[in-house]
Formats: sequence, structure tokens, C-alpha cells
Amino acid sequence: MTNAAPPLLRARNLARDYPFAGESVHAVRDVTLEIKEGEYCAIVGPSGCGKSSLLNLLGAIDRPTRGTVEIRGRDVSGMREREATSFRLHNIGFVFQRFYLMPMLSARENIELPMAEAGMPRRERRERAQSLLAYVGLGARVNHRPSQLSGGEQQRVAIARALANRPALLLADEPTGELDLHTGREMIALFEQLNADGTTIVVVTHDEALAGAARRVIHMVDGRIVSDVANEHPPQGQSSP
Amino acid sequence: MRAALARASLQRHPLRTTLAVLGVAVSAAMLLDMVMLSTGMQVSFRALLVRQGFELRLTPKGTLPFDTEARIAGASAAESVLRTLPGVTDISPVLGSTLHILRGEGAVAVFALGIRPAVQGDYALEAGHDASAADAVVANSAFLERTGYQVGDTISVAAGYDAQLRTYTGRRRVVLAGRARFLYLASAQAAAAVPLKTLQAMLGGADADRVSLLMLRTRPGIDVEALRASIERAIPRTTAIATADAVRSVEERLSYFRQLALILGTISLLVGFLLVTTLVTVSVQERLGELAVMRAIGVSRAHIAQQVMLEGLVISVLGTGLGLGLGLVTADYLNQILRAFPGLPAAIDFFVFEAQAAYRSLALLVATAVLAGGFPAWRAASLPIAATLRTEAVS
Repeated sequence: MTNAAPPLLRARNLARDYPFAGESVHAVRDVTLEIKEGEYCAIVGPSGCGKSSLLNLLGAIDRPTRGTVEIRGRDVSGMREREATSFRLHNIGFVFQRFYLMPMLSARENIELPMAEAGMPRRERRERAQSLLAYVGLGARVNHRPSQLSGGEQQRVAIARALANRPALLLADEPTGELDLHTGREMIALFEQLNADGTTIVVVTHDEALAGAARRVIHMVDGRIVSDVANEHPPQGQSSP
Repeated sequence: MRAALARASLQRHPLRTTLAVLGVAVSAAMLLDMVMLSTGMQVSFRALLVRQGFELRLTPKGTLPFDTEARIAGASAAESVLRTLPGVTDISPVLGSTLHILRGEGAVAVFALGIRPAVQGDYALEAGHDASAADAVVANSAFLERTGYQVGDTISVAAGYDAQLRTYTGRRRVVLAGRARFLYLASAQAAAAVPLKTLQAMLGGADADRVSLLMLRTRPGIDVEALRASIERAIPRTTAIATADAVRSVEERLSYFRQLALILGTISLLVGFLLVTTLVTVSVQERLGELAVMRAIGVSRAHIAQQVMLEGLVISVLGTGLGLGLGLVTADYLNQILRAFPGLPAAIDFFVFEAQAAYRSLALLVATAVLAGGFPAWRAASLPIAATLRTEAVS
């Protein structure tokens, strides 16, 4: 019996070359993959193997040298800049290693930022920002600025910001990279909860625990996918925040 | 949200923002002062020449008013001729001389004007009465300070001094009827005005029918240039100067002020431009990662650019507002210093605030400063997202 549902994301023969010192560096080579709705996928591999470059291509913040990326049937790799920006705003959430919150804005205002960009009315976005903060366990930190939050709390705010416009796909680049072990575990639990609630997640990581929590692990070496396997025994029963 | 982000960005480094605003304020103040200086003397001279409504001035041939001690002889006849010319409504004769104020053994020499009080345009009465009576005199504050007399005092004056006989000539007792401010004289110059006939009689001899200057009011709508030409034909020993020509001549002589102001004003604009560009560029440079993330999460290029330009706008508007006040205070201070130069008419101002010119120049500064945000805004909006994030991650 085959699953007829089209994949959420489909990358075909994806390649990304960078010019460097007069030569071409092949960061991503001939990558083809599909990600289905509701999947929780980890991309792992040694430093410099092209994980983040691949994530940037999947998230339409970089253009492939060759190949295509389709999300929900739309070719995002061929989109004009303005169209790609709008597509990211409404369909993709990003979480970065360094959080990159706006330091002079409160946690709530940071989460409101993409909603405001999408034209959501102030009252509605305020309510959603507060409910998202409650969801990530920071209901009492609404008006705190990033400098008043711990690293783990800042990353939670960043996750809430990524979820603001109800994206089809959440892309995270080393989301536990700047966190200690304990906080990292909390983050893993939060990702599991997000996935359990239906969010499709692709995470690039060096963190074995985070990769181990994913349902599917893609291993990259030298810009290529060398293995793509289902994780048969992801940890279960993590308590959600 | 863009406004909130712009405000947040400026509040992140309050000292730097404050210094930038102050920098723009100084630039705006300098620009305003240059505009006030470039127009000030022109406006001031024009106001001085036209304030009493005299459109024409007659001087001895080839001279400017009070430029030499030359006088127009046969003043009564000249006045009669002028009255026959169509368009002349009022004639104000003025005779300039020296008056000796006698007090005890000594005397104080002051500048004196023989005027016809009803049509005079040389002074504005500040206290007391005009010199309407034949034995009345009005004087300025410098006169009162130097002589020690007060309004109401009866004083002895003389029109000349005979060095051989060591006696004062043309002596007379007059009443100090009022205090006045003389428009064309320096405020520090002691001066008095007496009725023309009185001064002519005191001078005696040939000067009994001479004047230094004849000022003419004309009927509205008259062709002043045609009238001026006809006066010179009718009274060939005089030069008729139209106020408009005098103003034009003054403007030509002051053209270097305008050039200086233009250069310094341009420098002010340039300084404001560079200041805002530098500050906003530095601000953009230190948050490349944040801006790249904003782009990544879907904030459009246009909105990033608007946010950055808004920062420049806020700095320039605040700075310009502050600069307006600073410029006015500075101009007032400088004006007081320059007006103290000896020999300048009391009514002359170097810095004159003309709202339209001032606001236009300050609006130009704001526009320039906003444009100055253009480069950093373009830079922020056109960041390559992936490359910037990669660079930030490595750094």
C-alpha cells in the first residue's frame, strides 16, 4: 500500500557552489530528498559538510546553483526575492543557534514581529503572542527583554516567533548549540511536543540527543546525503513544557 | 512595528544617538545662521531704506547721502521745482552738521540733523515731544549720556567754532523736547535733531539755504525711474537715487555675504549628511545578523529599508528642531556683537529670521539627512541572508 499524499517538501538534484579563492566550493552536491507533512527530521554530519547550506536552500533564504526545491508543490528555488520573502513569512519558521531576538523588544514584541509583517491586527497578534509564550512555557515572561532571559528562555521565544504565522515547516539550525545540557534537553522536549502537535520539523544539529529524538535522521558527508534512515526508537514520554 | 524597531534601535545606544542628534543640531544651527546672515543685512537695509516710505533721495551730484560734506545749494528753489513734478507727494529735507553743546567752559560736539518734523524719516521718537517748535531739539540716549542733560532741560548750543576768535558761532538756547532713536546712525553716536530752519539760521551765510539731502515720497503706482530721470533733468546739480536702486546696490555689495553663507551652509548640509550616514551605517553594521534574520523570517526589503531610514529621519528631525532653537540663540548673540561695530546704523541687523527661508533650509537639511539614511538602508535591505548568517555564525 502506497501513501498517495504529496510530500510537503521535495528537493531534486540540489547543488550549491560557493566561489572561494578563485575556486568553486561544492557545499551541497546533488541532494534529492522528500519530507512529508508531520515529519521530524534531523540532518547530521561533520562540520562543513553542508548541513546549514542545505537548510538555507530548503528554507528559500538561498538559491541553489542547480536543482529545485518545492514546498507544498511550489518551486521556491525559482521565486523572485519578494515572492520568496512572502513565502517564508507565511510558510516557514526559522530557529537559529544564536536566537537573534531583537534586543530592545520584549518577548511578546519579538513574537509579534512576523505577525505584524503579515498584516495581522494588533489585538489578534498580541493574543497569539501571549498564547505562544504560554505554549513554550514563558507565560510569565511576556514583557521581559532578551537580556532579562536565560539562553534557554531566549531560544523558546525564538521558537514561539518561528511559530507565529502557523508555518507549514519549522527549520532549526543548531537550536541547542548555545545551550547547556539541561536546557538542551528541555529544548528537545519542546521540539517533540511541537512535532506531536503536528508541526513538521527539520533540524540541523551536532547534538546527538536532539538527533536521537527525531523520527528520521539524514546523514551528510561532503555535501552529499550518505544515509537517510528512520529512527526506530526515538525517546518517548518527554514532558512538554 | 517599523517605528517601534527604529525607536528600539536608537534607544539601544542612547549616548551615541544623543551625540548624533546634537551633531545634527549644530549643523542645523549653522545652516540657519548662514541663511539668516545671507538674507539679514539685505532685509535689514531694505527695511531701513523703505520704512519711512521715501522712494527717492536727492544728493549733491555724484555723492551718496552724507557721503561727503557737500550740500545742495538753493534748497528752497530745488524744493519748489520738485513740487511741480507730478507724482511727488512729500519732500523731507535733511541738513547734516555738527552741533556744539555748551556746558560751562567746555562743549561737547554731536552730530546734528536739521529736519522738518512733520515729514522727517530719520528718527523715531521714544520719549517726550518732537522738535516742532523753532527752539526745540530731540536727542538720542548717547547724547543724553555724554552731556548729562535730560528731556525738559534748556541747553545752549552752537553751530560752529571760530578758532581765531575762540568763540562759538551761531549760538542759541533750545529746549530738549524729546528722546529719539536715530535710524541711520550708530546707537553709540551722540546725535540731535533740530528744525531745519533753526539749524540753517544758526549756520548762517551760504548754508542758510542748503541741505545735505532731500527725501521724496511719491504717489503709489508712479514710474519712479521716470520721475528720477526727470528730477535729474530739472535739477542737474543733484543725483536722484531710487530706493529700489539703492537696495539693489546694497545687495550687490553684500553678495559676498551670500557666497560665504552658501559655502558654509553647504558645508553644514554635508556635515549633517555624513553624520547621519555614519551613525546609521554603524548601527546597521553592528546588527547585520539581526537584519539577516528579519529578512529570513519574512520581513520585506522595503520594510527593512524604511526602518533604517526612519532612524535617520528621527535623528534629523530631532536635531533640526533642536538646531532651530540653538541657531536663533547663536544668531542673537552674534548679532549683538556685530551691531556693536562702530559706525553702523542702529537699525541694521546682520541676522534676520525670515520664516520661509529658514524653514525651507531646515527642511532641506531634514531631506538631506533622510537621504543620508539611504545608503545604510539600501545596504541593510540588500543583505545576502545566507551569507550574512554564515559570516555571523563564524564570527
